[in-house]
Amino acid sequence: MYLYQLSIRDWWQDLKDTFVLNFIADDRYMLLVKGLGNTFLVTLGATLLGILLGVIVALVRSTYDKTAAGMHPGFGKFILSFLNKVSSLYLTVIRGTPVLVQLMIAYFVIFVSLAQHKTIIAIIAFGINSGAYVAEIIRSGIMSIDNGQFEAGRSLGFNYAQTLIYIIIPQAFKNVLPALANEFIVLIKETSVSCYIGLHDLTKGGEIIRSRTYTAFMPLLAVALIYLVIVMFFSRLVTILERRLRNSER
Amino acid sequence: MSADHLISVTKLNKHYNGGAIKALNGVSLDIDKGEVVVIIGPSGSGKSTLLRSLNLLEIPTSGTIMFEGTDITSKGNDINKFRQKMGMVFQHFNLFPHLSIIDNMTLAPRKLLGMSREDTEKEALELLDKVALMDRAHAYPSQLSGGQKQRIAIVRALAMKPDVLLFDEPTSALDPEMVGEVLDVMKDLAKEGMTMVVVTHEMGFAREVGDRIIFMDEGRIIVQGTPDEIFNQTGNDRLKSFLAKVL
Repeated sequence: MYLYQLSIRDWWQDLKDTFVLNFIADDRYMLLVKGLGNTFLVTLGATLLGILLGVIVALVRSTYDKTAAGMHPGFGKFILSFLNKVSSLYLTVIRGTPVLVQLMIAYFVIFVSLAQHKTIIAIIAFGINSGAYVAEIIRSGIMSIDNGQFEAGRSLGFNYAQTLIYIIIPQAFKNVLPALANEFIVLIKETSVSCYIGLHDLTKGGEIIRSRTYTAFMPLLAVALIYLVIVMFFSRLVTILERRLRNSER
Repeated sequence: MSADHLISVTKLNKHYNGGAIKALNGVSLDIDKGEVVVIIGPSGSGKSTLLRSLNLLEIPTSGTIMFEGTDITSKGNDINKFRQKMGMVFQHFNLFPHLSIIDNMTLAPRKLLGMSREDTEKEALELLDKVALMDRAHAYPSQLSGGQKQRIAIVRALAMKPDVLLFDEPTSALDPEMVGEVLDVMKDLAKEGMTMVVVTHEMGFAREVGDRIIFMDEGRIIVQGTPDEIFNQTGNDRLKSFLAKVL
């Protein structure tokens, strides 16, 4: 009985010591805070870049799908076909290779001269990666709008671009907003591989602590917990968003 | 030669699969200002294809369409300009679900005619009054019944002050009890002298309102004439057998 109590007390004391060692001593928690800041920075930047790229690629691809067959052969059709080919290639390459490999190629091959700006490289690499997935989300949103909406817009005298802007995109965007928000959540977790290029993100913060204190359990668990809380928080926001959107349809 | 007609269609062809399917097979047709032309025929006869070709929602394989003296099928012409003058009403209404009724009606006049929001809303309310839906101006399409939606679709097209209205089976998607309210609006328009081209299965409407009935089958115009000629004194066997089925 006594021995058992002692071992519990030892275990508790041990836990407290490790906690202090990992997070309190030398203000090591700041390594996580700084990492979390960078994780957010990279995720946010990559999301914005991804949406920008995704919208452009989605517009090219859906415009090609909807109009190329009826176009007169000429310069316009040639340009559209060319852009469509480039977009397809982009989607195939980006979605066909691991994001970690893309990140390392960006860091060690393409942007060697930018090597000290790891955050920027990560934003570019994850943004280009995310853009491919966002493009397919937005394209499916555009294609899901009934063709009658296009026809109604065109029959009033709107040209193709005006029909997209005033009629199709507002509806499509509403439909894909939850999927886009999910892409943001996925990206938060995906950016954890950026410690491979030495970027001080949240995961790297935990890694630095581990390498200094020679304890793995506490820092890695803390990192996992922080990711979990953030993801749960944003998932909850998406659920609320989805409900709002459903309600606004009346 | 055709400058006097509002719309003049010459030898219009619409082929699919490299000519294996002839949705339109050499259709020629003139429509005058103020006329109500009703196109009838069995399903697959090409009547919707013909109607949708008039504003180039379908691109014809060959043939010409003159509208107000201009060949709209020739490549250099901006079809969007002509479509502003050719309103269209669809079987499935195609209202914009993300916009209120009043915004559905004012979007095109504001963006395409450069009118102010105030002016377009004033005109839209007058139109809504005409179809007895003024109180629904700020509702959304999903809050309306089918008949109400179609009346809105009609006044949305009217808000652009078109020279002709094209109706593509405007009552086919409606519950039977709502057909009347839509046909009544169309009758009023006809009385006001609006040029209308109507594809419909409503033979009563065709007989009562149509100035001219066109019977189509297999991508061709088989016969055309006044309602009396079509419904009471036709000698055409195909038309007779069609009418026997639908009347």
